[in-house]
Amino acid sequence: MVYVADIVVKLKKSILDPQGDAVRSALKSMGYDGVHDVRIGKRIEVRLEATCEDECMRLVDEMCAKLLSNTVVEDYDFSIREESGE
Amino acid sequence: MFPGSNCDRDVQTAARAVGYDADFIWHTDTSVDGFDCLALPGGFSYGDYLRTAAIARFSPVMEAVARYAALGRPVIGICNGFQVLLEAGLLPGAMLRNTSCKFVCKPQRVRVEVASARTPFTLKLRPGQVITLPIAHGEGNYYVDSETLEQLELGGQVVFRYCDESGELTAGSCPNGSLGNIAGICNKAGNVLGMMPHPERAAEDILGGADGRLLFDSVAQWVQGGGRIVG
Repeated sequence: MVYVADIVVKLKKSILDPQGDAVRSALKSMGYDGVHDVRIGKRIEVRLEATCEDECMRLVDEMCAKLLSNTVVEDYDFSIREESGE
Repeated sequence: MFPGSNCDRDVQTAARAVGYDADFIWHTDTSVDGFDCLALPGGFSYGDYLRTAAIARFSPVMEAVARYAALGRPVIGICNGFQVLLEAGLLPGAMLRNTSCKFVCKPQRVRVEVASARTPFTLKLRPGQVITLPIAHGEGNYYVDSETLEQLELGGQVVFRYCDESGELTAGSCPNGSLGNIAGICNKAGNVLGMMPHPERAAEDILGGADGRLLFDSVAQWVQGGGRIVG
């Protein structure tokens, strides 16, 4: 079965995000006064083969922990779906 | 060397300046036998894709580097090489983007924080000494959780800090937002050193400064002395 994993990697909440801060002040200067905070992360899409959903979840979790994120400073989250046959 | 390393020849030249030969080890090699010291050079390994050093850390050669380090033999990671050591878990912590969001490239003063014998790379330096080394990085904002930071401080593992001309640790003298102005750290044993400043780019007067040479002289002396880690 081919699955598509949609992964989001973000800096941990406790960590200052200088890029997000720069974007926040840009938005403010454009007049978006209601913007409190901006955080910038990465979205990674992985197409992979797995025998079942459980195996896919396990594999993606392992990939996130080992390579796709650095858990010292980042958190990750993901969802998976079966690839549609279009 | 990883694809994208670009300070390898500078390190080789610096090693030669202190009377040693230096050879390149490619990232696909699986042995580091026969070397007195390993240096992970700066650059942009694997284009810094995903995260600085994220991919380099899984290079085949890194297992051999870890084994070498575990034997207490000297390993230095400079700039991107430091980031590789962090990603590989040979040193604690991680690098974040500089708080200024800018790539900083300039001569920088750093203060020596440890006793000379703490690492093989500091034998010729003395605690409190202020040296000038070039820095060139966009992600040198050292971060580590507070518990580990305390361990680093108590264990004498903070080797260099960014400072001003008089050696003061002002906020203005920290180029990237690093916790505690940290510019370089070592492992508990002291044989693995990671630092953002580039000693190899200041290893001869013709380069505009020779303070960095002291690190190469140090490890040369350490190797000649039989190379033993001193408690």
